[in-house]
Amino acid sequence: MFEVVRNEKLATNLHRLTVAAPRVARARRPGQFVIVRRQEGAERIPLTIADADPQAGTITLIVQAVGASTRGIVSTPAGEFLRDVVGPLGRPTHLERWGCVACVGGGVGTAVLYPIAKALAEIGNKVYAVIGARSAEYVLLARELSAFAEQVFVATEDGSLGRRGLVTVILADMLAGKLPRPDAVYAVGPVLMMAAVADMTRAPEIPTIVSLNPIMIDGTGMCGGCRVMVGGQRKFACVDGPEFDGHQVDFTGLQSRLSMYQQQERMALRASQTCRLEPPAGRNAEEPSG
Amino acid sequence: MSAPPEQNQLSPKQRMAIERVAMPEQEAAARSRNFEEVNLGLAEAAAVREAQRCLQCKNRQCVQGCPVQVDIPEFIAKVAEGDFTAAAQILKRTNALPAICGRVCPQETQCEAVCVRGKKGAPVAVGYLERFVADWAIAHETDSQPDRPEPTGFKVAIVGSGPGGLTAAGELAKMGHQATIFEALHATGGVLRYGIPEFRLPKRIVDYEVGQLEKLGVRIECNVVVGKTITLDEIRRDFDAVFIANGAGLPVFLDVAGENLNGVYSANEFLTRVNLMGAYLDEPGRTPVLRGRRVVVIGGGNTAMDAVRTARRLGAERAMIYYRRTEAEMPARIEEIKHAKEEGVEFHLLEAPWGITGDGHGWVGGVRMRRMELGEPDESGRRRPVPIAGSEHDVECDVVVVAVGVRANPLLTATAPQLKLNKWGYIETDEDCRTSLPDVFAGGDIVRGGATVILAMGDGKRAAAAIDEYLRKGKGR
Ligand SMILES: Cc1cc2nc3c(=O)[nH]c(=O)nc-3n(C[C@H](O)[C@H](O)[C@H](O)COP(=O)(O)OP(=O)(O)OC[C@H]3O[C@@H](n4cnc5c(N)ncnc54)[C@H](O)[C@@H]3O)c2cc1C
Ligand SMILES: Cc1cc2nc3c(=O)[nH]c(=O)nc-3n(C[C@H](O)[C@H](O)[C@H](O)COP(=O)(O)OP(=O)(O)OC[C@H]3O[C@@H](n4cnc5c(N)ncnc54)[C@H](O)[C@@H]3O)c2cc1C
Ligand code: SF4
Ligand code: SF4
Ligand code: FES
Repeated sequence: MFEVVRNEKLATNLHRLTVAAPRVARARRPGQFVIVRRQEGAERIPLTIADADPQAGTITLIVQAVGASTRGIVSTPAGEFLRDVVGPLGRPTHLERWGCVACVGGGVGTAVLYPIAKALAEIGNKVYAVIGARSAEYVLLARELSAFAEQVFVATEDGSLGRRGLVTVILADMLAGKLPRPDAVYAVGPVLMMAAVADMTRAPEIPTIVSLNPIMIDGTGMCGGCRVMVGGQRKFACVDGPEFDGHQVDFTGLQSRLSMYQQQERMALRASQTCRLEPPAGRNAEEPSG
Repeated sequence: MSAPPEQNQLSPKQRMAIERVAMPEQEAAARSRNFEEVNLGLAEAAAVREAQRCLQCKNRQCVQGCPVQVDIPEFIAKVAEGDFTAAAQILKRTNALPAICGRVCPQETQCEAVCVRGKKGAPVAVGYLERFVADWAIAHETDSQPDRPEPTGFKVAIVGSGPGGLTAAGELAKMGHQATIFEALHATGGVLRYGIPEFRLPKRIVDYEVGQLEKLGVRIECNVVVGKTITLDEIRRDFDAVFIANGAGLPVFLDVAGENLNGVYSANEFLTRVNLMGAYLDEPGRTPVLRGRRVVVIGGGNTAMDAVRTARRLGAERAMIYYRRTEAEMPARIEEIKHAKEEGVEFHLLEAPWGITGDGHGWVGGVRMRRMELGEPDESGRRRPVPIAGSEHDVECDVVVVAVGVRANPLLTATAPQLKLNKWGYIETDEDCRTSLPDVFAGGDIVRGGATVILAMGDGKRAAAAIDEYLRKGKGR
């Protein structure tokens, strides 16, 4: 049992939970995640460790409620317990002194990005955060990022804060040299966003690292459900990742596998519509894509 | 209760005249739609009668066939007498988990394979009797808890709560050592929990056995991934010895085209969704699983049988096994093959997948198969299947489950470079489960590769003895 020490609402459906998990707090390094099960019978939900306090024995999770399970997790009040928290899982971020790094976050991907960006800054990189959301109220962690980033650029789809449009608008300016040109790019967000970023940096050969979020169960390499193709090879995101070379990732395959259970639910509906050609409508298509 | 004495003074001829008991089971049409246990267990009278078939051989062939040398004639004699409490005590001397082994041991290749009664007719149903006695003991709570011995003050860590880890923990606790199990998942049991389905091994039995261990003072910490949450070196610092029994949990894929299509599962994933996560319960908030109308399962072992019968229970109209050799080479327990057939599972033999085809929208549409014929024997001693040229053909399906084996999961061993591994990544040990590190012992599937429950338990027991010796000798060796 893992106590929720604090539960802050950051925006609609977006919460920051501080959870007592002393062993995880001690062992954790940036880029790693935990798997959380709120109660007996619940799904196992992977969530990035946004921050940790080894002294206090706590970890911070930033959770967007997108379905039944994440809704359950964010509705756990302080003083109550999550039944299971296991981790830290996955490989820590590969930290390198690139020089100037663009950290691009879309939607809740910014929460995944935050610990990576912080660690990159700590070893001496100049970090430029580029974060996107549907509208101003969904912009995540801008203040926290500005504590160590050289600059925080914001893009909103409705233009209610920062640039109107997607994060790629800002990244395009960076690549064109209108803004500081990055030596490396870290991108975390919806699959389509990461794919777009990787496409933009491919020709100029800027190293681009993405953090993938396939559906997982055990998180220890046992089930193979989280497999993704990277450079033509099968990788298990939970143990080989979650971060990979964005230029090598098969994003189409990832996107398709993420839609696996949605289509099951909609099978009946679909049968009457005869074709499956519309893009898998889901979290990744619906959420603010930055 | 005690049977009339004359029943035990049957002549060999009278014993020979008794026919092997049939296991009462759920009727096939009904059970292929539910997850309740298939085998219902023997009634007392039937068990006593079956026990009377045993000839109480002096040379105890059957015992040699059992990897842990259960005192088979002795426990069966007690069953014949109707003294089930005594029978249970005899069983427990060598087998910590008889309710489990009685259900899942491949008896036909072990104890029952060498039973002299099998030479003419059917062997004594050792497995059924073992299960009967163990279930009886659980139901009547005769499991006398051995008094907790004086604590020795030694602390032993166990990695993994599968049959290997559970057995070692129980043995060590009985020796007075403080045993602590670290388990990566949120629940105990290893393959007994996430692999073997409810209809073959009800989870209440695993729960019961784990409860017994806790009563013995064994500590169990779930949600600890050794190598991630804590390292082997940290454990070695905090404990006097370690037993690693983390299984062989790494799925093998076919490496054919289309394997990442939606609807293609490893058996580990498919069974974990259903067994560990309860996907079959259909409750809101549960982990989902795809319920295919036509399901192809590739493989011929217990895992393949479990997957295909699970698919059938999830509603598959066609649940199909595709295996590249013949039924004679199938590694699955004979009873599982029989049950699967009764439940309407189709067996397609001498067929191997060549590729998985999509429906054009990211989902599996079918499997391209090739017919095989058996050639020369390979290193496993079985005749090697060779593809027949031009025999490619397509099998339509909505779900594919790949059940072609497991390998060593490197998650722990990659973080413990001092531990000597063999070329396949399994931990190297001597016969008493000693590894290249003096305080570290290992057993079960992480040493043997995908093996059996009883072999993992045997390792747990031998490791406990070796650990005890190591601790008592002042840790030096
Ligand atoms: C390594 C990793 C780190 C993650 N870190 C965070 C984090 O820090 N904060 C956060 O809010 N979320 C994070 N996620 C995503 C989070 O795990 C999913 O949002 C969650 O599993 C959805 O579960 P649900 O039951 O609430 O929704 P469901 O009802 O299962 O699904 C709702 C929608 O989400 C999609 N979905 C299901 N599972 C996933 C998944 N694993 N990833 C993406 N979409 C999914 C479904 O297709 C559906 O459209 C992370 C995922 C991974 C793999
Ligand atoms: C579907 C299926 C059906 C089977 N049917 C039969 C059968 O009918 N009869 C039979 O005899 N055998 C059967 N087997 C084989 C048998 O289950 C295994 O040989 C046996 O379970 C091995 O036991 P073990 O203790 O070595 O490991 P496991 O049972 O694999 O348990 C290992 C445990 O360690 C945990 N673990 C792994 N890594 C770590 C880590 N780093 N830190 C902490 N914990 C960790 C795992 O989560 C798991 O709980 C079957 C196997 C499968 C998969
Ligand atoms: S443990 Fe297995 S092999 Fe040994 S007697 Fe029991 S059923 Fe037979
Ligand atoms: S070999 Fe068969 S008949 Fe003989 S003692 Fe063993 S179980 Fe009984
Ligand atoms: S989540 Fe099971 S292998 Fe990655």
